[in-house]
Amino acid sequence: MVERTPILNFVTHVILFLGFLMAVAPFVIVAIASSHNLKDVNDVPMPLLPGSDFWINIKTAWTTADLGPKLLNSFIMATGVAAGKVIISALTAFSIVYFRYPGRTFIFWLIFVTLMLPLEVRIVPTYAVVANVLSPYQAILDVTGLSWLIEKVSGVQVSLSLGLLNSYSGLILPLIATATGTFLYRQFFLTVPDELTEAARMDGAGALRFFIDILLPLSRNNMAALGTIMFLWAWNQYLWPLLITTDQSHATAVTELKQLIPNVGGIPEWNIAMAGTLIVMLPPLIVVVAMQRWFVRGLIATEK
Amino acid sequence: MASITIRDAKKSYAKMQVVHGVDLEIASGEFVVILGPSGCGKSTLLRMIAGLEEISGGEIAIDGTVVNKLEPRERGCAMVFQNYALYPHMSVAQNIGYSLKVAGVPAAERTQRIQAVARTLELEHLLDRKPMALSGGQRQRVAMGRAMIREPKVFLFDEPLSNLDAKLRVQMRSEIRKLHRRLNATSVFVTHDQVEAMTLADRLVVMNGGRVEQVGTPAEIYSRPATRFVATFVGAPAMNILEGTVELDGLSLLGGSRRLAMARAGLPVGTKVAMGIRPEAVRLVAPGTAGALKATVDLVEELGAGRVIYVDLDGAPFSVMTSEAVHPEPGSAVGLKILPEDMHFFSSETGGRLDVFKVSVPEPAL
Repeated sequence: MVERTPILNFVTHVILFLGFLMAVAPFVIVAIASSHNLKDVNDVPMPLLPGSDFWINIKTAWTTADLGPKLLNSFIMATGVAAGKVIISALTAFSIVYFRYPGRTFIFWLIFVTLMLPLEVRIVPTYAVVANVLSPYQAILDVTGLSWLIEKVSGVQVSLSLGLLNSYSGLILPLIATATGTFLYRQFFLTVPDELTEAARMDGAGALRFFIDILLPLSRNNMAALGTIMFLWAWNQYLWPLLITTDQSHATAVTELKQLIPNVGGIPEWNIAMAGTLIVMLPPLIVVVAMQRWFVRGLIATEK
Repeated sequence: MASITIRDAKKSYAKMQVVHGVDLEIASGEFVVILGPSGCGKSTLLRMIAGLEEISGGEIAIDGTVVNKLEPRERGCAMVFQNYALYPHMSVAQNIGYSLKVAGVPAAERTQRIQAVARTLELEHLLDRKPMALSGGQRQRVAMGRAMIREPKVFLFDEPLSNLDAKLRVQMRSEIRKLHRRLNATSVFVTHDQVEAMTLADRLVVMNGGRVEQVGTPAEIYSRPATRFVATFVGAPAMNILEGTVELDGLSLLGGSRRLAMARAGLPVGTKVAMGIRPEAVRLVAPGTAGALKATVDLVEELGAGRVIYVDLDGAPFSVMTSEAVHPEPGSAVGLKILPEDMHFFSSETGGRLDVFKVSVPEPAL
């Protein structure tokens, strides 16, 4: 039921406008603060009209936090995570929906349960694994006594080691597994009519061929939606990059923002910090604007 | 072109058996229609031939090769689906040519063959459109083109016309028939629409409850239904059935209110039988005419070319189809004349046809 009365229209618009204000106000304050000089930004209350130092602040923030390479790092990480999630969740959902094998439902629920284990919960073991990817295998060898045996026989001490700290793969891989994405794809695949699958089989397409030629093009919108959400999510990751990038060369823009935040007792350069924030906020904004059309279509699903 | 041999084919899901041992021989180039009510296993049987359903028992052979274990693509069948199942993201040309692309046919040859098929189906001007932008009939033609392009040994149709409106259905029906005459490929067509079945089929297979009830030409099925089910399922309006019991010198019908004098031909007294008469075989006469049944008119349905008159025959519903210009008022009395050669008899127990009666019917003393 859609009601259309002038009063209701007015009220809904007021509510919408209030919501808009609440969402946008902090952003506007950040933008205004980033345009003031050191003195104005520390005035209480801060002047709410834009100052004139915007470009200077931006430039200072850019050079102080070395944002160029950091933004590139962030971009590589976020793109990698988003792409990885899109691909891996499409593949898992494909397997779960289109193949009959024992333990299928169990596996689906296993994936689903990982929703309850976000990175923050399992961060210590994850760190341990990333520090040495082969450590579980080392443990197996040690426990079974194989490494002892090998050492006795050949005199070689077995020590497996493959560290991913301070690398893009270390930044990206642990964040790729996604229950949300798998679920999104699963729901979409379930709406694809069976006849389509059968028609493809009659046309001689095998499973992988069907996946690539039919399913993936059909789930374009889903991929765009998932990719956008996951890009934003990965871009905004703080804890994980902070933990595993001990070396500046792989730090991301979001973690480097802290370089700009004034220390206690330091110069309160909030104008610079806000300018840096604006810069770091920009790429996700561009992605959202660019992907918006597909993004919305992917989430509201069925328009066939 | 290929023959299809189905031997004792069975299909069951978990505990439920849906196809109970079907035997069928389809000659090369034949157009066979499988007709039956929904849920009778006709689509399942078709999908077993296609390879989309596993065969639980028995075997299916195409051109003498048992295909039970073969993938759909290895069987040389092409299928047209009920809802067309066109790939929504591909253009018409891509849809038609997809199987060739999968098979690795070079692009130049592919285009050429797509053009040829499109010409046959008059789709040339639509090749760049997406299925979304096509009408139902056009989509149907694209689905057929997709089946044709592979030059399959066997065409399978799974109720392909049921999503079309009545006028288009008639048109597509004759197009399918024409296409079959030109390609002369073995075709199996599944439908629940008896008009479709009658008009298309070289041979008709009537199925019910997972079993084949009768196989024969449309004319045979209509004039000599093998079972009571076939008799009532084929023909519209449905055949009238009057329950009866064999007596010493004839048949007692309608709970004893009518008697049919005839030799009882070896059936023991008390055997329950059913007598069937097609509505179009009954003649309407003036009430009181000698040898006519008296009945009361309930309802008259005007069909334009004729009318169906529903009458009450001693409490039993009975229908008469006539093309004569008679318009009896509801409630008025009419006489019904039935000729002995138009009567069909079925065993009440098995539903099978009983031909024993016809031979010895002396006179319709109904």
